[in-house]
Amino acid sequence: MSALDVGAALPRRKIEILPALTPLIVALVAAPFVGSASTFLTLTAAGIAMGMMIFTMASGLTLVFGMMDVLNFGHGAFIALGAYVATLVLLPLAGWSASDSVALNLAAFALAILAAAVVCGALGWLFERLIVKPVYGQHLRQILATIGGAIIAEQLIYALWGPDQIPLALPAAFRGSFVFGDTAIEKYRVLATVVGLAVFAGETLILNRTKIGLLIRAGVENREMVEALGYRIDRLFVGVFMAGSALAGLGGAMMALYRGQAHATIGAEFLVLCFIVIIIGGLGSVGGSFVASILVALIANYAGFLAPKLALVSNIVAMVVVLLWRPRGLYPVTGR
Amino acid sequence: MSAGLALEGVHTHIGRYHILQGVDLDAPGGLTTMLLGRNGAGKTTTLRTIMGLWRASKGRIALGDRALHSLAASDVARLGVGYAPETMAVFSDLTVKENLILGARQGPMDDRRLAWIFGFFPALRKFWLSRAGSLSGGQKQMLSIARAIVEPRELLLIDEPTKGLAPAIVGALIDCLKEIKATGVTILLVEQNFRVAAEVGDEVRVMDNGRVVHRGSMRDLAADQRLQMRLLGLSLDSHQ
Amino acid sequence: MSLLSGDGPRGRPLQILIGAVVLALMLAPFLFPGAKALNTSAKICVMILLVASYDVLIGYAGIVSFAHVMFFGVGAYGVGLALYGLGASWTAVAIGLVAAAALSLALALAIGLFSLRVQSIFFAMVTLAVAYAFNVLASQLSDITGGEDGRSFKVPAALQPGFKWLDHPIFGVPASGKLIAYYLVFFVAAVAFLVLLRVVNSPFGRVLQAIRENPFRAEALGYRIVFHRTLATCISALGATVAGALSALWLRYVGPDTALSFSIQVDVLVMVVVGGMGSLWGAIVGAAVFVVAEGYLQDLMGALANAAAEAHLPLLPGLFDPHRWLLWLGLAFVLAVYFAPAGIVGALKPAEGKGKRT
Repeated sequence: MSALDVGAALPRRKIEILPALTPLIVALVAAPFVGSASTFLTLTAAGIAMGMMIFTMASGLTLVFGMMDVLNFGHGAFIALGAYVATLVLLPLAGWSASDSVALNLAAFALAILAAAVVCGALGWLFERLIVKPVYGQHLRQILATIGGAIIAEQLIYALWGPDQIPLALPAAFRGSFVFGDTAIEKYRVLATVVGLAVFAGETLILNRTKIGLLIRAGVENREMVEALGYRIDRLFVGVFMAGSALAGLGGAMMALYRGQAHATIGAEFLVLCFIVIIIGGLGSVGGSFVASILVALIANYAGFLAPKLALVSNIVAMVVVLLWRPRGLYPVTGR
Repeated sequence: MSAGLALEGVHTHIGRYHILQGVDLDAPGGLTTMLLGRNGAGKTTTLRTIMGLWRASKGRIALGDRALHSLAASDVARLGVGYAPETMAVFSDLTVKENLILGARQGPMDDRRLAWIFGFFPALRKFWLSRAGSLSGGQKQMLSIARAIVEPRELLLIDEPTKGLAPAIVGALIDCLKEIKATGVTILLVEQNFRVAAEVGDEVRVMDNGRVVHRGSMRDLAADQRLQMRLLGLSLDSHQ
Repeated sequence: MSLLSGDGPRGRPLQILIGAVVLALMLAPFLFPGAKALNTSAKICVMILLVASYDVLIGYAGIVSFAHVMFFGVGAYGVGLALYGLGASWTAVAIGLVAAAALSLALALAIGLFSLRVQSIFFAMVTLAVAYAFNVLASQLSDITGGEDGRSFKVPAALQPGFKWLDHPIFGVPASGKLIAYYLVFFVAAVAFLVLLRVVNSPFGRVLQAIRENPFRAEALGYRIVFHRTLATCISALGATVAGALSALWLRYVGPDTALSFSIQVDVLVMVVVGGMGSLWGAIVGAAVFVVAEGYLQDLMGALANAAAEAHLPLLPGLFDPHRWLLWLGLAFVLAVYFAPAGIVGALKPAEGKGKRT
């Protein structure tokens, strides 16, 4: 087929660049107000790390939504579950965490987030079969069913782990900061950024370079036509749902480590943020949610420094502004 | 020779609306059967019901000796049914190449078949790596049909391929449909343009109010203006 | 035009159930002595109004909003902060209520015009985000709202428990301000409920349902969808605002947990579904069942948990822990969504009503 590829002279796919630059623009605008360069760098690095964790949680949700119009309120429960699963791994491995060996530290961290992803992915399958599938295509009942599922899941978490938060210590190698001159950047934030970038790169590769990925993108746009080409979209969707749940768990585990504790309320807290991010990014767009995650986190950080009282509503302001500019989000997906 | 298609007493409801009210339709194997009728007669619903995108509430649909009426759309497709809907339904965010990759469900695309398709749709080769969403309406239509035939099929369901196309492109499309037919595939084609229908059709079925009201050869209908008038309400200017 | 707008509860079992609940609420101070029972009854009255106003939106207009409790909070904070700032007078109540109603209307208009044009799911998410932001704002602006701690305030003298308007008790119940407060809550909620019943049975209500069933057809018939939906949002918001005001008057306290938290929104959803969506009578059943379960199911579960713990059963004590009552309600909720989409009211409906659908 190489002969055919050569024939491709004309317009390649065009990616609009301006929406992708919004985080940079926000950073440039905020810089003079923040003043000190070191503070600005610290805030920006923290924002990017936070954005990566939010993206990890939100990217699956946007695909789940894009493919089947499922507004999944159960997503928050998987974020919380991931946090608790991390404690199950890290508390017994306290020795590895506390050891001087970076390899053991890293192994403990990797095991914890992988366990969170695997457990959440498996339970995602159960959730999809029991809660979502019976009400496919009926928006209202689906919203209600996933809310019910979220209530049950949250209560089960309380029943299993109790109502109190569980402290969770970072492996030794990731405590403290890298210091460059008078700028301090927490080591764990660098790690979180690396993991988030890896997730983004992996998703981008799968979506663009594999047939499954093509099917997912096609399904987001027109699931009926995917079926008419002979593919079983419900099986594809289960896979996407499991992957989304696994990523929610992975993100939840990372966030719990970042905060040094696991608690069920993390679910509801980040669920709302995930919704905001996928609205800003454009429903069904992984790239859009990547940009939106960084944007939202940066704005929250700058606002937190400049006007702490307003930091928590900065997300909503960002959402309203973006929607006034682009009513279907930064990167709208055709057909949505 | 491909298998023929047969519908017996098919009823389809969409919400509260009773669209198909007992369709009896046959499309003989290896021939091109035109499905004509006024807007709202139920032609698109018939194709969608065959494809499994609407579920028939009553009646039987068979391709050769295999029953289709209780199958999901994906299983109907797996029996070798290709579908080019009225909306074309190309995946805009995917490239031309990626659209065709998805059309070839059973594996990698066959280069010879691709070359054959490019023979009558050269634009697809030119825009191979472009987003399908950036194509013109005619090019999207070509892509939609190309996707439906990128693998050998038993039966092709094509819904109004010439709608909104420039006359020059319609010519290319007619050639293409004739070539496809020459491969022996059974075709059921919904078409508003009577000239196109007369040129490519072997058989013709006319629908009205959710039923098939006429069955015969295309040549006979093309020769009988009074019948056209009665069945389709055609006036001469719609031939242009 | 009858009091019930020609839309009384249908079927004997439902009539009996509704009648029993209403009678119990009407005579609650005399039937169920004790502070807990009276609090439960007052909460049921408030919730009936809140759930009924939500049902106008979700059940009749088919609009899924997660910002309904925000309007409840506006009402509660409006009255509460006015009483806190201006002193315990009826004037303060009136000022607070009017200001709250104005704010609610403005918010409902803004939400309606901004996003009712878009996909319903999009609307749901936007309202969720807005409600969340409002909640955060209320906790953050602690100089005004009292933050997480909320505000306690004095209500007008006639509503205070210490107020005596008769020297001797009535049927054994002291004639205190508490009694007046209860009947204020009861009658305002009842009147507001009847108004909502009137609204959904008016031509306007029928247009709402037509839009819900088939927006394109309704538009083709010449109904302005955005106008009708925005108006429904406003009416529903006003209902919630009044409910919030009643809640503040009864509790003599306003704070995020009692007026704004997302868990109230979830509770309201559970009540509307369990009671029966698309029928205002469902609000009465749903609110009564839920609030009673919230208050008393926990006692039952506590007993079960103790029994399970004594029998040394694994896991069960945790599942029956009184704090886990929502687990069982959540389960009932999901089952109701699957198997009884019309809720208790739908299940009790006479059979001929169901047969018509096919």
